[in-house]
Amino acid sequence: MITLEQVAKTIGELPILEAVSLSVKKGQFMCLVGPSGCGKTTLLKCIAGLRTYEGKIRIDGRLSQGINPKIGYVFQEFSLFPFLTVKGNMEFGLRIQKKPRKEMDDIVASLLDLFLLQGFEHAYPHELSGGMQKKVAIARALATDPEILLMDEPFVSLDAQTRNMLQKELLRIWNKTHKTILFITHNVDEAVFLADRVMVLTRRPATVKEEFLIDLERERDRTSPEFVSVRKEILKELEEEYVEQVDRGYKGL
Amino acid sequence: MRTHKVFIVFVFVVVWEVVAVLANSRFLPSPLHVGTTFWNLLSSGALFRHAAVSLARVLAGFLLALAVGLPLGVLMGWFPKMENLSVIIEMLRPIPPLAWIPLAMLWFGIGFQSKAFIIFIGAFFPILSNALLGVRETEPYLVEAGRVLGASDSQILRNIILPNSFPSILEGLRIGLGIAWMCLVAAELTGLNPPLGLGYLIMEARDLGRADTVMAGMIAIGVIGYAMNIALRQLEKRLVRWRP
Repeated sequence: MITLEQVAKTIGELPILEAVSLSVKKGQFMCLVGPSGCGKTTLLKCIAGLRTYEGKIRIDGRLSQGINPKIGYVFQEFSLFPFLTVKGNMEFGLRIQKKPRKEMDDIVASLLDLFLLQGFEHAYPHELSGGMQKKVAIARALATDPEILLMDEPFVSLDAQTRNMLQKELLRIWNKTHKTILFITHNVDEAVFLADRVMVLTRRPATVKEEFLIDLERERDRTSPEFVSVRKEILKELEEEYVEQVDRGYKGL
Repeated sequence: MRTHKVFIVFVFVVVWEVVAVLANSRFLPSPLHVGTTFWNLLSSGALFRHAAVSLARVLAGFLLALAVGLPLGVLMGWFPKMENLSVIIEMLRPIPPLAWIPLAMLWFGIGFQSKAFIIFIGAFFPILSNALLGVRETEPYLVEAGRVLGASDSQILRNIILPNSFPSILEGLRIGLGIAWMCLVAAELTGLNPPLGLGYLIMEARDLGRADTVMAGMIAIGVIGYAMNIALRQLEKRLVRWRP
C-alpha cells in the first residue's frame, strides 16, 4: 500500500508538485493521468526514493525514505543495461542482493516463462524489439519480488499495436503476481483499459484534480459505451488543464 | 573490395616508379630499390632490433598514460568536483607533445625515460578525455535503474558506469596508441642514446644520404602503426559484442 500525504516538490524557484495526497491499496492498479510536463515523473521518482521532497510518503504504513526494496520501477526510456544480456539484466537486482546462483537461475527461468521470453535469455537489448525490451524491463523490476511496481509511461514510445499487446500482457502478469501498480500515462485510453482507479492531475504544479473508479469487467472492450463514456469524462477533465495552460501561456506573453 | 584495395596499392606503386624514373634522383629511389633495402634490413634483423626498441618505448609510455589517464578520467566524470581539474587539462591539451621534447630532454636526458615521457604526453589526453566522456555520457536513467535495484555508489560505478563506458574507453586507447606511435618517432629523431629505434634509423639514414633506408624505415613505421590500429579494432569488436 502506498500513501502520499501532502507531497510537494520545488526545483529552484519552480514548484513542480503541490500537496499531492493519494493512496493506492495493496494489489490495486492505479493510473495517474495528467498533461505532459505536469510533474508526473517527478512524483513517481519521489515515491521511488530517487528525488527529495516535502511531505510524507508511506509504504505499508511506514515512512519511506530513500530507495525501498519493496518498490520496483519501470522507466519511460529504454533503460535496459545495454552491456548485459536479457538474463544479466533480470539478475541485476538479485546480484546486488547477493542471492545464490541457483536461486537466481530459478527466478530468471520463471520470469522468462511468465513473460514468454524463453530462448532470448542470452540476447542483448539491441537485438530485441522495443516491445520485448519493455517486457524485459518489467521482468527486471519484478525479479527482486517487490510489492509495488511504479511504471512511468512505459509504453509511450511503442506503436499502437505493440502497446495494446503489452497492456494485455501487463494485466495478465498483474493477475498472476498481485502487485500494487502505480502507472503513469498521458493516454486516457490506456488508463481506462488498465486501471481500477484513475487519478487526474492538474497542470504544473501538479495536484490531484479528480478521481475516477473504473468499475468495468476485464478484459475491457475499448469500444463499449461504458468504456467510451468514462474516457470522455476523463478527457474533459484533462482538456480543462490544457486549456488553462494555453491561457496562462498567452498571459505570459 | 579486397581486389580494389590491391589494385589501388598497385597503381600507387606504378605511379611512384614512373615518377622515380623521370626524376632520376638518388633522393627519390624507386619502389624496387626501397623494397630491396627493406628486405635487407628485415633479413639482417636490423629492422626488428629497431622496431623492438621503439615498441618498448611506446609500451612504457602508453601503459603509464593508461595507468594515470584512465582512473583520472573516470574520477573526473564521476565526481563533479573533480571535473574542475579540466581547467588545467584543457590548457595542457593544446600543447603539442613535440613541444614537450626540450623539457623532456632537460628532465630525463636523451635516454629511454625521455622518450617514454613524450609518448606518455601524447597518449594521456585521448585516454583521459575518452574515459571522462564515457562516464559523463552514461544516461542518467541507467544510473537510476541501478539505484532502484539497490546498487550502492561503488556498485553503480563498477557494474554500470564502467561497462557502459567501455567502448569509449577502448576508443581512447586506440587513439592514444596511434598518437603515441607518432610521438615516438618524433622523440627518436632527437635522441641518440641508445642508437636504436625506427626514428633513429631514418634520421641516421638521412645523415648518410640514404633515401632508400629512410623510406624503408617509414614503411616499417606505417605498417606497425596500421597493424596496431587493426589489432585494437578487432579487440574492440570482440569485447563489445553488445553494441549494435
